[in-house]
Amino acid sequence: MKIDISGLICRYGTTPAITGVDLAIADGEFVALLGPSGSGKTTLLRAMAGLELPEAGSLAFDGADALGLPPNQRGVGFVFQHYALFKHMTVAENIGFGLSIRPRGRRPDKAAIAAKVAELLELVQLPGLGRRYPQQLSGGQRQRVALARALAIEPRLLLLDEPFGALDTQVRTELRLWLKDLHRRLGVTSVFVTHDQEEAIELADRIVVMRQGRIEQVGTPAEVYAAPASPFVYGFLGQAHHIACTVADGTARIGEVVLARDLTLADGPAAAWFRPHAVELEPEGPALDGTLVDLNAIGPRVRATISYEGKSVTAELEAAPENAIGRHCKWRPRGVQVFNSE
Amino acid sequence: MGPNLSRGALIALAFLLLLVFLVAPLVLVFTRALEDGPGAVLAALAQPDALAAIRLTLLVAAIAVPLNLVFGLAASWALAKFRFPGRSLLVTLIDLPLSVSPVVSGLVYVLVFGAQGLVGPWFIAHGIKIMFAVPGIVLATVFVTLPYVARELIPLMEAQGRLEEEAALTLGASGWQTFRRVTLPNVRWGLLYGVLLCNARAMGEFGAVSVVSGHIKGLTNTMPLQIEVLYNEYNLPAAFTVAGLLALLALVTLAAKSLLEWHIGADHLPSRR
Repeated sequence: MKIDISGLICRYGTTPAITGVDLAIADGEFVALLGPSGSGKTTLLRAMAGLELPEAGSLAFDGADALGLPPNQRGVGFVFQHYALFKHMTVAENIGFGLSIRPRGRRPDKAAIAAKVAELLELVQLPGLGRRYPQQLSGGQRQRVALARALAIEPRLLLLDEPFGALDTQVRTELRLWLKDLHRRLGVTSVFVTHDQEEAIELADRIVVMRQGRIEQVGTPAEVYAAPASPFVYGFLGQAHHIACTVADGTARIGEVVLARDLTLADGPAAAWFRPHAVELEPEGPALDGTLVDLNAIGPRVRATISYEGKSVTAELEAAPENAIGRHCKWRPRGVQVFNSE
Repeated sequence: MGPNLSRGALIALAFLLLLVFLVAPLVLVFTRALEDGPGAVLAALAQPDALAAIRLTLLVAAIAVPLNLVFGLAASWALAKFRFPGRSLLVTLIDLPLSVSPVVSGLVYVLVFGAQGLVGPWFIAHGIKIMFAVPGIVLATVFVTLPYVARELIPLMEAQGRLEEEAALTLGASGWQTFRRVTLPNVRWGLLYGVLLCNARAMGEFGAVSVVSGHIKGLTNTMPLQIEVLYNEYNLPAAFTVAGLLALLALVTLAAKSLLEWHIGADHLPSRR
């Protein structure tokens, strides 16, 4: 299902939670809403489900207004961070709930519901657990039951609020891959909220980076990672460092060291952003002065910590340098992205 | 040895206090009631006035408890799941009957519904008797027992939050379906518990009912009031017989409550405050 959001504004009391969001989601897309806590990503998701009422803006499902529909008529599956399974019902009753409450004319008979439940249990890889209660399941299993429950109503749109947030790392990685595969097979338009950039990059077709109730950037994971639109996005997607530099005539410099050319930025002070894997130690040509503070070899990579003008800069190197810890070193970043100082 | 000894002493003291102040009076009530044999008990209970008092007590409980069940559910749902202006005021107001002396509650009803009261003359002019009649007794009982169900459910519902209800909504459930299939089953034990407490208080209430009843024998005397009347008439055997029956009702409630606790385990019940 195609979703169009424009000018959406939501408030909690007097605190604005989203302040004017425009977003178009294509049919079958898998979209991540990425941002720190308080960025409005969960509010946006809940507004799509009808669990929050926006005070302005529009939301359309396949071109038809959806804001006028109450949550129980939107046909949207919602998966909560803390599962929100019905504690007093068995797993099978949980999954069959959405079907069993339909008005008589549209309600499948008991056998049909049972068959659907069995099919969904198979799909979420929990066959035979239908008679258990949620308390008897692990966190990962509960979240899969929650997903099966949401899928039972054959939603036009699947919304997931930090679906792996309450799980430990190992289960999370496993479930992530499984969910990606599931989306590929079902093709249902899906939106999920996360504050974990790795999760967003790994799962989503497109990432929507949010900050303070606004959308900061929208793009494929590769686009957003390679060309962040703002220092905020740069810093949020993966480890990043920034150092002060000066822009003059389209060139960013620190002293003799040229960091980037052909910029379309105004002259003046600026910040150069780079990632640890783009740092060179003892490069040829002009370089910056620093002190090597620490070396840490993990697997094939060596992490060097450089102290530069009171900042710690991490460098990921291919091989251990010959520099001694505590001594002066030369370094420079490559592939720098320059932003005007905010 | 030291801590064991003091623990033993404290337990013994607690049991002694229980024995002296709770068990002994209760046993005495029953022994006095049965002193003249079961025939006398039956005779005392078969008195028209006694029968009327029993009927009235059961009737009042049968009206007041369901009313407070509905009110308690509605109030605790609104208070636990929504934030709105005046919420904390409402929470405080629900506790009011617990903190105000029942006699004062009764007097308030006289001020409102009495012959010189706020709306009393209007009701009297329309031929509706509230004071010194069953409606007044029911009203006073409803007021006094108002907090029991709500107090039991508010913390329970607060702890459960809105997530399960929201999940039901997104799955297509209507408001009523959500309430009946998700909200209510989640609080059913707490609700039953609150109803039992509410019922015990409704049957045993004396102060507020005493003010509004008018003590008309055979008409507006509930069991607690009947006991007082009999006691004041020095009809001790009859007084203790009715008292014994009332105590028996309380014990049945207590047993039901214990059974409930034992059956469902402490973790399903709201913590006692």
